[in-house]
Amino acid sequence: MFYIIRRIILLFITVALVSVITFAVFQVLPGDPIRTMLGTEADETQIENMRSELGLDRPLYEQYFTWIKGLFTGDLGNSIRFSMPVSTLLMERLPVTLSVASIALVIVLLVALPLGIFAARRKNKASDVVLSSVTQLGMAIPSFWLGMIFILYIGMNVDFFRINGYVPWTESIQGALSTLLLPALTIAIPQIAVKFRYVRTSILEQVQLDYVRTIRSKGLPEKIVVYKHILKNAMIPILTIFGLITAEIVAGTIIVEQVFALPGIGQLLITSISNRDFPLVQGIVMYITVAVVFINFVVDILYSVVDPRIRLR
Amino acid sequence: MKQLGKEKLLEVKDLKVYFEIGHDKIAKAVDGVSFSINKGETVALVGESGSGKSVTSLSIMRLIPTPPGKIVGGSIELDGQDLLSYTEKNMRKVRGEDIGMIFQEPMTSLDPVFKIENQLIESIIYHQRISKKEAKQRALELLQLVGIANPEKVLHEYPHQLSGGMRQRVMIAIAMSNNPKLLIADEPTTALDVTVQAQILKLMLKMKDSFNSSILLITHDMGVVAETADRVLVMYGGQIVEEAQVKELFLNPKHPYTAALLRTIPSLEQNTRRLPSIPGNVPPAHKFPKGCRFADRCEFAMDICRESAPALGRISDGHQVRCHLPFMKGGQEIGEETRSITGSV
Repeated sequence: MFYIIRRIILLFITVALVSVITFAVFQVLPGDPIRTMLGTEADETQIENMRSELGLDRPLYEQYFTWIKGLFTGDLGNSIRFSMPVSTLLMERLPVTLSVASIALVIVLLVALPLGIFAARRKNKASDVVLSSVTQLGMAIPSFWLGMIFILYIGMNVDFFRINGYVPWTESIQGALSTLLLPALTIAIPQIAVKFRYVRTSILEQVQLDYVRTIRSKGLPEKIVVYKHILKNAMIPILTIFGLITAEIVAGTIIVEQVFALPGIGQLLITSISNRDFPLVQGIVMYITVAVVFINFVVDILYSVVDPRIRLR
Repeated sequence: MKQLGKEKLLEVKDLKVYFEIGHDKIAKAVDGVSFSINKGETVALVGESGSGKSVTSLSIMRLIPTPPGKIVGGSIELDGQDLLSYTEKNMRKVRGEDIGMIFQEPMTSLDPVFKIENQLIESIIYHQRISKKEAKQRALELLQLVGIANPEKVLHEYPHQLSGGMRQRVMIAIAMSNNPKLLIADEPTTALDVTVQAQILKLMLKMKDSFNSSILLITHDMGVVAETADRVLVMYGGQIVEEAQVKELFLNPKHPYTAALLRTIPSLEQNTRRLPSIPGNVPPAHKFPKGCRFADRCEFAMDICRESAPALGRISDGHQVRCHLPFMKGGQEIGEETRSITGSV
């Protein structure tokens, strides 16, 4: 119980720090959003008026606390570019990104975990060597290239897939899948390659440990040795890597949404950055960071479920 | 001396276990080892690190990691059945059921993420095919038997919550859970406090008697041997270099290596400032010398020792030694406490 309480406190501290850093970064970035917005023709009075209208002339700490208050109440100010509340924009785009990321995560889990166990059990045999070489290749493939190859060879040829835009889940599940499956696969494949290797190594590390010899000396069948004992022990390092992978998947969506023209957070982020739409960029960065921090918090809690030694710390 | 039944439980003949350690390099970890264990007997297998003790014991369980290791020759018979011809499935029945094993490091030998109860009952349920409820009852009895004061509590604890001595008691309970005929204990007390060591050794002997089994005790501690063993096998460089009843070995060691090992036991009577040690190391198992494997460290080494490897020779009933010295005319005394006539064959 203490462990969980301590994790929760740590979660809040991390989020608070992240908010300060996110806010500070945008203060030191070059480029003036007002000038970008009004164009080169605008005169100084116009610029000053706009600045005070957006509250950008107030002291920094004031701006920061207004922003923090907004984070909790869902009011992140208005986007400079779209003249719409940032929260509305985010809520519109969030389901797309969340869907792509979740599907990608499920694919990675369903493929990397069994494949890693399979390869570890056949260490240095032909199937293991082939898998290891193929995944080496998978690691080297950039996702934007893979995305384009998918569009060209699968998206254009297989009727099921749509390669442009997005169909909401509420409209048609099949439609949603037809637009999301390829992007998710594009993100998942390089991740599978990395995680497969990680799972394989984690299991092989366990195999050499003393407790495995004890279990073998008890005469238990290989299935119990591997799937009960080794797997549960190997889950500790594997969980760590799956915490990290979610951050990478979120990062992956930014590129893949561009390639597949998906109206997600990633696309919104790129547009907002090129427009110096600071309130919007800040909001997006903050939400992505909080999501990643939260996932790592969940991983920490899962650790304590798997490993009794962690509960005591 | 206690009269032991002469019925053989385990017979190892000419066992050879080689490890491939790189290109064309073969380590002969166990190189022609033969011995037997009678029913009810405690046999100690003694030697320093790298002498092949642990490989011998793991070979009996057929738990040598293959590759790189491989049992390349010999036979291992348990109750007249050749274990080396067993299928993996039949061998699983032997492990945990006919032979129980405990290891040196109780800290790492238990699975850290499962409760003691789970680790005890899984083997009981698998081998005895009884219900979970009955297995739990049996687990409780076993923990009481190995002298754990609050077994109900310990059943629901994890290994890291127990002390080293407690963990080793749990290991013994696991090893004995299916009434094995043979208990192999690989340095069971090395990682424990001296006071706990004696308790664990006593417990092992008690368990042996109440379960009517035999013990193969692997150790490098001659003090432990003196306390527990009926018979002793001394290993060096993958071979048995001396074998005798425990009293005979302590009073009349014939191999210079045995004698040197005995001198390393601290004694209360002698006022030594520094314990003697045996200079040098065991030669690496991939390049044993042509002659005697101990010759380079032996204070009595002669020319013949470097030329020809000695075979096991008989000193008296049950006492064998792999050394040229005792069989040469006018050979020297080697053991401090040796009282027998030198050169006797």
